[in-house]
Amino acid sequence: MYRQNILEHYKTPNNFGNLSNFNIKLDAHNPSCGDELEIKLKLEKNKIIDAKFLGKGCAISLASADILLDNIKNMFLNEIKKLNEKDLLKFLEVEITPARMNCALLALNALKQIK
Amino acid sequence: MNLKKDFPILKRKINNKEIIYLDSAATTQRPKIVINKIKEFYEKYNSNIHRGLYTLSEEATSLYEKTREKTAEFINADKEEIIFTKNCTEAINYAVFGYFLKILKKNDIVLLTEMEHNSNVVPWKLLSKRIGFKIGYLNIDDSKLDLRELDEILKKRRVKVLAITHASNVLGTINPIREISRICRKYNTRILVDGAQAAPHIEIDMKDLNADFYAFSGHKMLGPLGVGVLYVRKEFLKSLTPFISGGGTVLEVTKENLKFKEDHEKFEGGTPSVADVVAFSSAIDYLNKLGMKNIKKHEDELTKYALDKLNTINDIEIYNNHLKDRVGVIAFNLKNIHAHDVASLLDEEGICVRASHHCAMILHKKLGINGSVRASFYVYNTKEDIDKLIKGILKVQRVFGK
Repeated sequence: MYRQNILEHYKTPNNFGNLSNFNIKLDAHNPSCGDELEIKLKLEKNKIIDAKFLGKGCAISLASADILLDNIKNMFLNEIKKLNEKDLLKFLEVEITPARMNCALLALNALKQIK
Repeated sequence: MNLKKDFPILKRKINNKEIIYLDSAATTQRPKIVINKIKEFYEKYNSNIHRGLYTLSEEATSLYEKTREKTAEFINADKEEIIFTKNCTEAINYAVFGYFLKILKKNDIVLLTEMEHNSNVVPWKLLSKRIGFKIGYLNIDDSKLDLRELDEILKKRRVKVLAITHASNVLGTINPIREISRICRKYNTRILVDGAQAAPHIEIDMKDLNADFYAFSGHKMLGPLGVGVLYVRKEFLKSLTPFISGGGTVLEVTKENLKFKEDHEKFEGGTPSVADVVAFSSAIDYLNKLGMKNIKKHEDELTKYALDKLNTINDIEIYNNHLKDRVGVIAFNLKNIHAHDVASLLDEEGICVRASHHCAMILHKKLGINGSVRASFYVYNTKEDIDKLIKGILKVQRVFGK
């Protein structure tokens, strides 16, 4: 699970930070482990032109958030709404053990709140 | 003491590595004699108990009831005072809903502690929603309770019941139940003890502890999954409602009437997990053979060894460093590394530890953390296991090094 890819995104994320100019703000929280994420998206004609996240969590949840945001840039909102667990695992390129699936899914669950 | 050979599962390899099992506070492994007993039951005695008028059923009943006697003996109680449940949580629920439901009123106070496992918090909260009583929590300071605080509270407020863990599943702290019962008696406060983390590790003597209700789990002391025990002090048996009622509990049911049996059978409705209860007696035999004093000594040695070694690691926070009055449970965090990541990486080394709030959410909040890594020891653990844990932790820190 802790392949170089995951560790790099955890240690030096591409998308960690605040977006002062944003259109959508999403929150996700996993009370069983205390992980918290805030995702902000900037849109242009329903297309994501920037995405950032803030929060705390384990390597799996934060790396997963970073990788997911990398992948949704330039996607349209209706495409994001269709993303599922399978897509996410493809982005992550590592096998996630069942016990850690909730960690990996935290950011995706935040995106699911898009109306 | 090296007992690994008695535990078949410890021969298994995970990720091509020997299993280092350090999660006995969640559930222990079972020795071969316990596993064999289950097999023997199904091959030789399988039948329902307390019902059949044939040899098989009589033998099964006798094995089941002998386990009750052995369990009673193990904690120095009388066999009538022992109710088998499916686990410790069910045992606590039994006392809460079978007894305290009837005596608690809206203006009463139930006192818990900040170190309770959710299983000794949630049933009380649920009942409080129904009845409206208040719940208070004894403070923890430096991993311990302050008995003067308990005395002060009981003196000032009418607390009907104190529900308290005998040993913390996170800090390892053993609470002085004997002394606490003495204080409770002074103010006529009932006392329910969650013994899940104590009964497997220290000698339990109900006559000495003097608690009213004492709950524990068989599977945390080498027994099969699916067996819990509720000790009910004799004087409360009459007023205890059969919380799990149904088949096997009644003398007579008609459309108009309901008459329960007189003895303990009225408390164990439905077919119990007979084979598991019977095999629990083999677990008690195994523990008795080792001797509870020796088990405590072995765990004390391991805990001291582990704490000494863990304290040499940089960037580690250990949540209870006391050696006195504790069981072999150590909770810790590595700085800037999430507990889940520590546990997952240790798993890659074959090391089984728990990472979470360990169902003690109130305690973790008090400690100001979301979770911790927990290593817990039992009879089969060795100093070599701890050496491997230390090596594993150093590796985790290397992986996460910037």
